[in-house]
Amino acid sequence: MSGKRPSRDDFAVIGRPQRKIDGLAKSTGRAAYTDDIVLPGMLHGKILRSPHPHARIRSIDTAGAEALPGVHAVVTGADFPTPYGIIPWTPDETALAVDRVRYIGDGVAAVAAVDEDTALEALRRIEVDYEILPAVFDPHDALAAEGNYEAGDYIHPPKREGWNGNITKKVHLEFGDLDAGWKAGEIEVEAEYYFEGTTHAAIEPHCAIGRFDGDGRLTVWSSTQVPHYLHRELARVLGLHPAEVRVIQPPVGGAFGGKSEPFDLEFCVAALSRKAGRPVKILYTREEVFYAHRGRHPFHMWYRTAMTRDGMLTGVDARIVLDGGAYASFGLVTTYYSGQLLTAPYALPAYRFDSVRAYTNKPACGPKRGHGSVQPRFAFEVQLDKLAELGDIDPIELRRRNFIGANTRTVNELRVTSNGFLECLEAVEGASGWKERWRRLPFGRGLGVAGSTYISGTNYPIYPNDMPQSGIQVQIDRSGRVAVFSGGSEIGQGTDSAMAYIAAEEFGVPLEHVRVYRGDTDFTPVDLGAYSSRVTFMLGNACIDACRKLKRRIQEAVAEHWEGEPEAVVLREGRAFDPSDPERSLPIRHAFQIAETRWGTLGETGSYNTPKDVHGQYRGGTIGASPAYSFTAHIAEVEVDPETGIVTVDRIWVAHDCGRALNPVLVEGQMEGSAYMGFAEALMEEHVFKDADHGRAGLHNAPSLLDYRLPTSVDTPELESLIIESVDPEGPYGAKEAGEGPLHPSIPAIANAIHDAVGVRVDRLPFSPPRVWRALEKAREAGALAKPAHPADRLSSRTEVGA
Amino acid sequence: MSHTTEVVRLHVNGDSVEVGVPAHFTLVEALRYGLGLTGTKQGCDKGDCGACTVLVDGRPTLSCILPVQEAEDRQVTTVEGLATPEAVHPLQDEFDRHGAAQCGFCTPGILCSAAALLDGNPEPTRDEIREALSGNLCRCTGYTKIFVAVEAAAARRRGR
Ligand code: FES
Ligand code: FES
Repeated sequence: MSGKRPSRDDFAVIGRPQRKIDGLAKSTGRAAYTDDIVLPGMLHGKILRSPHPHARIRSIDTAGAEALPGVHAVVTGADFPTPYGIIPWTPDETALAVDRVRYIGDGVAAVAAVDEDTALEALRRIEVDYEILPAVFDPHDALAAEGNYEAGDYIHPPKREGWNGNITKKVHLEFGDLDAGWKAGEIEVEAEYYFEGTTHAAIEPHCAIGRFDGDGRLTVWSSTQVPHYLHRELARVLGLHPAEVRVIQPPVGGAFGGKSEPFDLEFCVAALSRKAGRPVKILYTREEVFYAHRGRHPFHMWYRTAMTRDGMLTGVDARIVLDGGAYASFGLVTTYYSGQLLTAPYALPAYRFDSVRAYTNKPACGPKRGHGSVQPRFAFEVQLDKLAELGDIDPIELRRRNFIGANTRTVNELRVTSNGFLECLEAVEGASGWKERWRRLPFGRGLGVAGSTYISGTNYPIYPNDMPQSGIQVQIDRSGRVAVFSGGSEIGQGTDSAMAYIAAEEFGVPLEHVRVYRGDTDFTPVDLGAYSSRVTFMLGNACIDACRKLKRRIQEAVAEHWEGEPEAVVLREGRAFDPSDPERSLPIRHAFQIAETRWGTLGETGSYNTPKDVHGQYRGGTIGASPAYSFTAHIAEVEVDPETGIVTVDRIWVAHDCGRALNPVLVEGQMEGSAYMGFAEALMEEHVFKDADHGRAGLHNAPSLLDYRLPTSVDTPELESLIIESVDPEGPYGAKEAGEGPLHPSIPAIANAIHDAVGVRVDRLPFSPPRVWRALEKAREAGALAKPAHPADRLSSRTEVGA
Repeated sequence: MSHTTEVVRLHVNGDSVEVGVPAHFTLVEALRYGLGLTGTKQGCDKGDCGACTVLVDGRPTLSCILPVQEAEDRQVTTVEGLATPEAVHPLQDEFDRHGAAQCGFCTPGILCSAAALLDGNPEPTRDEIREALSGNLCRCTGYTKIFVAVEAAAARRRGR
């Protein structure tokens, strides 16, 4: 196989539709999620939350709660004041507020009681004396604030000398010669965009159970997507040796980035259990999930983009203000990502961005599917559409011309390997009938295109270290069974199944004979978690590593048995055989037995670490670096009702270069789920807060699954997945990511389709009926409400005028 | 804390059982915390998401807003009751085959809604499937694989 690109026929399992190993457990109700677990003597915990967006805590009196029969423990911030933060440079949170609350919903105290009713009653008996401080909700106001932290003018103590305490992070980076870029540019577009905040809304609310055993060891079950980081932070905040902490991750009922850092409930169940001497469970209400948030940051964006008459980009300049909410969360990374991830799939000769993240007195924003890059991608892909329009170029053609290529470096020095973006464009162009239909559909109906790129895992871990990012242990025995001990996180994306496919492929055993044990830090190696689309690439490579080491020993033992060469021993489809000699063929179980006889008990570990030379040599140049990038192109077809402004998305064609689809069914599922989620942000979702004129300032506007509008089965467009396989040289069997990239283009493709349908631009999300209607009205008043002309028609009419 | 406990008689998945629960419990709480039938999920607490859907006398019902007393003397079917000892329900098998359950948290509720649909309409169109599932939010799949799985299960049942 070496030397040539392996094709699907080279594999028995990989690349073919397979069932998931946990699919039936989930569809029969057998899968036990965190809230399905009941431990003997378990107590119910509840968290008291701040009613004020910004206040100093003068005192907390918990005596009334403690005296209530049935209450077993009460904790406040004073019980575990050690600050933490998922990013080690910005530890600005505590498990519960210590002296100050920073948003409505900030945790203040927690109780454990015999049942939920008693716990709720106990919360009512806790008295908190607050001194109200000034609150700020708009990031621009926050950045303009003057004064000092003590007086409450700032939400946090300044992070740096001379900074306002409402600044989390500022990034200014410049690549290439921007002055030259403006000079060479013949067509320019400058515009402002606004991306509204949105949240993850996984259907499973966050849940955790803590159990302190008499021997001082802590076990926490959690619906987290990052058991390793939770493990570290639990040890730190609770003052335990990490070897005394065990984190168990049951199947997770959806996450999307919303469970990718520790939350107050995990610390609280641990601390309450320590005090009560009994296990404690906390399950967030849906309202608490909305306040826990860590979702998509609202972005205020300004872009200037220039190109030549032939449609070659010459310069891009961006200014971005991120509304961060009350805590840093992943915000340092988000601020970098807001600029760093824009530099493919198009070659940008000169690029600058200036981003600043502000604290505001609202729930903290963090990473949501497509972390930090969905917002700028929306703005930039609309910029490209505007440029194409001014330059009389087909927007697909414009994208083709600026294609960055494979095996190259971006302007900010990120290494790009495989790149199937052109194939993605071609696939959606063909499937949608673009050439015949774009600009040719009747008024009110339109097509729009957009492209994007995303990382297959962040190249550097959250805390600096050179240990592997992913680990796997594999063990086989004489029964023919393969056991995989995986550090991975199963959040619905199918990681456990992917590891099983790899093991089945490598050992030639049927899928049913592979068991995957996952999600327990006591017996699985470390993997950093399900975030940044890293799992298939990194854990997959670790799994291949472990399997191949072990497979080699089987091959050697069987070769010895046959008096042949190990390389000639093939393990496939239930047998070990030598393709050149029909006599030499054994059931795989016998091969395992020969190996166990030869070597003793059989097991191996495997790991993956990232290449270290794939980033830029400047401060921040590691952020945005990835061992490989996925590429995506979408075309959306919309209908716009010119009377009401209602936009209906009928269909989205989604082409995604995932390197290789280990299981095309699961890849399509990721593409469809991503495209859906982007569509939802484009048309419906708004994570917004009341102002003083409409209730209590800082109160969530719609903390329920009815009022925060998620698309139902009726709202969601038809989604057509087109898998593109560029076969990455470093990915497992060539695979890259599929879980986040295909979200990005949904939004700008819909924006551009609205323009094709009715000729108006809506540069602010979401494209809700009132907003679209206002844009239509403006065009109507200006007498300009019409479908834009096809460039070919415009060019020919110009020629006629000129002639 | 003192609250009134009540004994209610439920008929769940063919069994008749008595369960003592706080009088304010909803059906989903009685199923999950009283009977240990944790297959039925709770995604919100106010009838917004459909994760808690079960069949009550064959009709899809949000068990999180049904006071447990109202389920007395009626036949309740949960996801655990869809399969027989011999075989899983065709919907369960097709959900598995088509990857229609990603995280699986919405799945028990969606299966109950879909089972009721197929019982009343053996050959639903895609729009009818969309309608029937419109009370069940799924955040993972974009619904596409769910539609495909329901269509496949319907075809399989007709074939029998
Ligand atoms: S749990 Fe959400 S509708 Fe019942
Ligand atoms: S599969 Fe996760 S919510 Fe539907």
